[in-house]
Amino acid sequence: MSEQEHEHEHNYGKVYLILLVLLVVSILGPMLEIQVITLITAFGIAGVKALLVARKFMHINEAPKFISYVMTTCLVFMMLFFAGVSPDVMESSGDNWKKNLKMWLYSPPPAHHVSHAPEGHGSGGH
Amino acid sequence: MRPIATTRSASGMPTGLLAVWWVVASEIVIFGGLLASYLMYRLSHDSWSEQAANTNTAIGATNTFVLLTSSFLAVSAHAAAEKGDGKKAARYLWYTIGGAMTFVAIKSFEWYTEITHGFTITSNTFWSFYYTAAGIHALHVIAGAFIMAIVAREAAKGLELHRVELIGIYWHFVDIVWIFLFPLLYIAK
Repeated sequence: MSEQEHEHEHNYGKVYLILLVLLVVSILGPMLEIQVITLITAFGIAGVKALLVARKFMHINEAPKFISYVMTTCLVFMMLFFAGVSPDVMESSGDNWKKNLKMWLYSPPPAHHVSHAPEGHGSGGH
Repeated sequence: MRPIATTRSASGMPTGLLAVWWVVASEIVIFGGLLASYLMYRLSHDSWSEQAANTNTAIGATNTFVLLTSSFLAVSAHAAAEKGDGKKAARYLWYTIGGAMTFVAIKSFEWYTEITHGFTITSNTFWSFYYTAAGIHALHVIAGAFIMAIVAREAAKGLELHRVELIGIYWHFVDIVWIFLFPLLYIAK
């Protein structure tokens, strides 16, 4: 048992060193300024680091199975939120609005309803 | 007789451990929603990269190193507590608190520099997200350090050693959140 515990402690040191190496890679990778490498080294490695911490430091794999299911469910809900909202948030234009570089601008609807109305008589019978 | 429930028969695990995992689950939704929102706006606003270029990667990387080290110290405290060595566990927890204080000190310096350069929470949406995400995370670091101090005090007397693992799980989660905040706020420019 104590040998097993010793092995655990030894592994903690090894995991820590791996995390530091991954940190260095995640800083150096984006310096190449190649988009694919930036995505892999910054965000891919972040995922690997998070998984290492969860498994080796939090011991999530040693907890009852339902704990992993609960955590995964929360992550899935987060992705559902992203999938449900992002198509709208990431649109560049919509009804009566258009997004420019820095903000959303009110963009009035086509003026064909009012264009022929005599001045001072409102927008007609619409 | 202690007036608390120490185990849950349905889950088959200690109450404290179950509670801390529930805390982590709720935190996933809180930080997950925040990070997902940030990602949506970041991807749809090219101008955000101009603002992100003003964050200091060296400071962000230093803080990542500090948090990873503190996580290692927290798990070392857990290993000591499992062996029943309360004094050693407490010592590692105090080192972890030192890491938390270093993180907050560096963050304070960073924010001071940014604010004095005119990048405030109201400057634009990028900075609003930046201060909100990093600020909520920093509050978690401070709260964790406080709880850790209470656990360390008891652990030094050889009491409630199971709590060392509980605060450790919370601390590693705070570390994981930063692992994702770092590339989002400091690397993707």
